[in-house]
Amino acid sequence: MANEKVTLAHGAGGKLSRELMDEVILPAYGNPVLNELHDGAAVNMSGRVAFTTDSYVVQPLFFAGGNIGKLAVCGTVNDLSMTGAVPRYISAGLIIEEGFPIADLRKIVETMRRMADEAGVYIVTGDTKVVERGKADGIFINTAGIGDIIPGTDISPKHVKPGMKVILSGYIGDHAAAILAGRHGLQLPDSVRTDCAPLAGLTQAMLAAAPDIAVLRDPTRGGVAAVLNEIAEASGCGILIDEDAIPVHPEVQGVCDILGFDPLYLANEGKCVAFVPADKAQAVLEAMQANPYGRDARVIGEVTEGAPGQVGLRTSIGGIRVVDMPLGNLVPRIC
Amino acid sequence: MDKKTERELAARLVAEIQRMAERADHKLRFMEVCGTHTVAIFRSGIRQMLPESVELVSGPGCPVCVTPDDYMDKAIAYARRPDVIITTFGDMLKVPGSRSSLGEAKTDGADIRIVYSPMDSIRIAQENPEKRVVFLAVGFETTAPTAAATVLAAEQQGLDNLFLLSAQKLVPPVMEALLQDEEVHVDGFILPGHVSVVTGTGIYKPVVEKYHVPGVITGFEPIQILRALYRLVRQAVNHEARVENEYEDVVRTEGNPVSRRITDTVYEPVDTNWRGMGVVPLSGLRMRESYARFDIERVMPLPAGALPAPKKTACRCGDVLRGVVTPPACPLFGTACVPTHAVGPCMVSVEGVCAAWFKYGRGRFIYGK
Amino acid sequence: MCLAVPAKVLAIENAMGRVELSGVTREVSLMLLPETKVGDYVLVHAGFAMQKVDQKDAEETNALIAEMNGAPRTVGDLEESAANG
Repeated sequence: MANEKVTLAHGAGGKLSRELMDEVILPAYGNPVLNELHDGAAVNMSGRVAFTTDSYVVQPLFFAGGNIGKLAVCGTVNDLSMTGAVPRYISAGLIIEEGFPIADLRKIVETMRRMADEAGVYIVTGDTKVVERGKADGIFINTAGIGDIIPGTDISPKHVKPGMKVILSGYIGDHAAAILAGRHGLQLPDSVRTDCAPLAGLTQAMLAAAPDIAVLRDPTRGGVAAVLNEIAEASGCGILIDEDAIPVHPEVQGVCDILGFDPLYLANEGKCVAFVPADKAQAVLEAMQANPYGRDARVIGEVTEGAPGQVGLRTSIGGIRVVDMPLGNLVPRIC
Repeated sequence: MDKKTERELAARLVAEIQRMAERADHKLRFMEVCGTHTVAIFRSGIRQMLPESVELVSGPGCPVCVTPDDYMDKAIAYARRPDVIITTFGDMLKVPGSRSSLGEAKTDGADIRIVYSPMDSIRIAQENPEKRVVFLAVGFETTAPTAAATVLAAEQQGLDNLFLLSAQKLVPPVMEALLQDEEVHVDGFILPGHVSVVTGTGIYKPVVEKYHVPGVITGFEPIQILRALYRLVRQAVNHEARVENEYEDVVRTEGNPVSRRITDTVYEPVDTNWRGMGVVPLSGLRMRESYARFDIERVMPLPAGALPAPKKTACRCGDVLRGVVTPPACPLFGTACVPTHAVGPCMVSVEGVCAAWFKYGRGRFIYGK
Repeated sequence: MCLAVPAKVLAIENAMGRVELSGVTREVSLMLLPETKVGDYVLVHAGFAMQKVDQKDAEETNALIAEMNGAPRTVGDLEESAANG
């Protein structure tokens, strides 16, 4: 099957569908619950449950440091983690374009298994559909997930109060730079790859250090700028961050300089922004820095009483400007 | 220079600017001609650092903003033809024509590709021999030679399916038009850095001397802009008027002669229509007769009636571009005209004056007030 | 109006140069700056090398600081800067 391509019959529910299941999907992320191949999965949960879903469409499907399958598992794991939950079970719906190489599919589902293992979740139910050539961009993936809310936590922008510290878990823009560079003829050194990672362990360590963290968010599409604006608006507080405190790899800044982007607007897939009571900031930072995905965590700013609903940035040379909500897709500007 | 030194130097420059500006008998008004300066000024928060006695206004240096409706209408009309692929800088996608935009044409199925370099159009033309590839050549003296060089490369490679839809513009004529306008008052110009890389420093001298207005060429780092302002204030309070060069890293007296020669090979000066300013004599470039076969308008003219009738709105982009009013003086600003639903191009381009005001704070932005 | 960045020329072949900025590399055309040599820093705009970069910015800064500290004006009008450079 290794050299073959996905055909419409693989999605038709007959013998070939079963073959795809048995030879590609189950060997990758099979587990006792999924292997039952029932219409749905029956699982045990412990109390309040967090529930999320997201769909993944990306070009290219394979990029420096990852592929669409990595995004699909990490994205849902991270959405659960940011809700203050321990991720438990996820579903995987694959929509595959006719002619898609089975070898590529294998790589994708194997990555999904690896990420699920790292995050401590099981892929317990799923679906595979095949659409005609030209009707999908190679492969689309939808994942949904459920997790147990950690008792004693209550993540909500309404808890954000003036004086709280804003903590960022590390360098921003790596994911977007890895994806965008190739589209515009830029080559990046091997050191620049997607930051895509499951953050369940990181957020659990943070919440153990300070259960009263007000908000956890992963700055994906729209970047850190979008997250800060959403929280400023939802909390009715102002946010002031410091340009010099925001970590950006020089290569990512290079991509931004060439294409005319602002790193604050670039997507991340393995970062976390936290709003933390000032007296807990140090404890949370230490917990983060002990985790491989939070090694470069730092305080980037604080919540203010003034400028409600606005995000300000203290610039390198000592000015202050507004950081606005991003608009639409990032396109390179030249003029 | 480390960040701390830079911050100290910035504070020092601002203090010196304030001290000198006190000697002036009026509020000093400087215009940054170039849109990339506009963005750099907003991004670094310079407006907010300057004293009340110094004001910055943005000029006509954003190609997206000064490109008139009828150019966009033509681009959209070509884009809608099934045998055409449009290549363009990303900025142009959202610019409104009189009825729609390229972005809307793309949604409707037009083949529009965003490129980083005009040269990328050559590869696209080679890969699509059955299509006509049309590059939207907008910009100023910096971008003109890149479009001209792309035409020469296409000629060299014998490509017969690559064309330009050209609306190249020139800086000195529009500066002169501004200075002739009685409504416009400026005490000095922050002169464009990268235009000057091509043109050299000499082209501004006639205008600066004739109208006795100081000019300083500078780069795009916040410190470079502050240094330029320092020099402008000094000239203004001493009643001097000359061109100073704060960007000697890349701006030479002689500019880049090869670029100018390549531009001159393909293009010739022509009277050109600017949004909000009307026709300015010899302020644009048109492809010479010898390169007419690369000019889509001459190779494949649009049929009569292909373009929509011009539309009138209350948009004051023209006055904003001339620096006569600031964006909030426009009745549409921030209400009918916002970046997501732009009426005028000044709100579309990230460099657009209105977009910059909307995005980075309305004018003199003080955080928390 | 014209976004441009300085980059180092790593290699040249057929009037195309491979340039590097902060570890990011790209092919650029050298048609507008044919005298470019490997090792030069060039200003890149829209995929073209536009000008060789001479690092004079530090000198300009120093001259300015000296002036603000009371030294006579050192950088003046066009003629003077042409003579300097």
